[in-house]
Amino acid sequence: MSGILNSSIGRKFAMALSAFFLMIFLLQHFVINSLSVINPDSFNEVSHFMGTNWLIQYIMQPVLIFGVIFHFIMGFILEIRNKKARNISYAKNNGGANSTWMSRNMIYSGLFILIFLVIHFIDFWIPEINTKYIQGDMSGLLADGEGYRYYEELTHKFVPIWRVAFYCLGFVFLALHLLHGFMSAFQSVGANNKYTQGLKGFGKAYAIIIPLGFIFIALFHHFNH
Amino acid sequence: MNLTLKIWRQKNANDKGKMVDYPISDISPDMSFLEMLDVLNEQLINKGEEPVAFDHDCREGICGMCSLYINGEAHGPDRGVTTCQLHMRMFNDGDTIYIEPFRAAAFPVIKDLVVDRSAFDRIQHAGGFISVNTSGNTIDANAIPVNKHDADDAFAAATCIGCGACVASCKNSSAMLFVGAKVSQFALLPQGQVEATDRVLNMVKQMDEEGFGNCTNTGACEVECPKGISLENIARMNREYLKASLKG
Repeated sequence: MSGILNSSIGRKFAMALSAFFLMIFLLQHFVINSLSVINPDSFNEVSHFMGTNWLIQYIMQPVLIFGVIFHFIMGFILEIRNKKARNISYAKNNGGANSTWMSRNMIYSGLFILIFLVIHFIDFWIPEINTKYIQGDMSGLLADGEGYRYYEELTHKFVPIWRVAFYCLGFVFLALHLLHGFMSAFQSVGANNKYTQGLKGFGKAYAIIIPLGFIFIALFHHFNH
Repeated sequence: MNLTLKIWRQKNANDKGKMVDYPISDISPDMSFLEMLDVLNEQLINKGEEPVAFDHDCREGICGMCSLYINGEAHGPDRGVTTCQLHMRMFNDGDTIYIEPFRAAAFPVIKDLVVDRSAFDRIQHAGGFISVNTSGNTIDANAIPVNKHDADDAFAAATCIGCGACVASCKNSSAMLFVGAKVSQFALLPQGQVEATDRVLNMVKQMDEEGFGNCTNTGACEVECPKGISLENIARMNREYLKASLKG
């Protein structure tokens, strides 16, 4: 068991496990955000629960942050090692003949997602941490005390068109990343069998529906507020 | 057919190397790609120039000796064939054809289009075999029942000729399709079970030491493999490796 992370397959496996965790988190994030379109009161209730529950705040949140950082750092390490494995490039390389653009450019879609996450953290996560843990306001209420603040904050953020456009672009890159990443994670843990074809279809649906859903939510709030 | 060839020329392993243009005319579409290179070399020799060095042996797609990265693809634009089985009819009159060696840090160029693929041999030596007692009472392999599906998959994996097209095609120069096939052909059979744990651990260790890149599942190797070795073999190797790591 020792040294498994020092092997090429071990690193693939670790990369895939962090990807599975992030894909499950993404689904959960999408479901909660969808509530902001369907039922703002429910969105507020669930947001308050997520923002104040100790298990989510002190266990799941650090695990998530670790998962994100691990996935990015491991991705960069693999990219650097892989670049070293070919010291002279081809004068002519027809990559499009044998593989998808998404599979060959995971590092670039990943890099854009990283930039998106930095902006997303500045927009939502850092103000949330400031309100709760620096100012010490765990009530989740608006300044006037009239109901929860979460829905108001969300809709307020999607007023500027530049932010909506940037978020939509981020979700497009997320879709491109997932279109390869979903099945790649399964292949890395050794899951390639009779269910693979079905899983491929599910993966494509996941990679398109979830980012498209996020785009819809951003546009919905922009045009309705 | 009249063609312009852009060929990688490199005097030796230490030379920097460069692409050199060679116009060639009156090429028959029925020639194989290597026959076309034979014609070029004959012309170069007649002019007193150094012929282009390239690997070849059986010229019938079995030995895995021929290589060449042709117009951006290992073994050229055709599917399921080695360079020796590639015909000039796959190209058009007036085409410019890029001919380069298989590129990977683990496959250093020896001369022109010839690369050193002995890294594959060292991976094989690390575990790509089964130990059979040949003292005189060896049991016939056919006497051991093998599930038909497993036998078919093992034979399919065993068709790998070790040409290195997988490494050349992979954007990461990963050798996982080759190693996956070599691990799979034994992992699927009862004869391979005794050394299964050591085999996969040692072969992957050697693969990593040789400096091959890490597989990112682009699938380019499977598409370019002249023998159609499936990505399933990489998944099987991953399973075998994780199982062996937990045991070891």
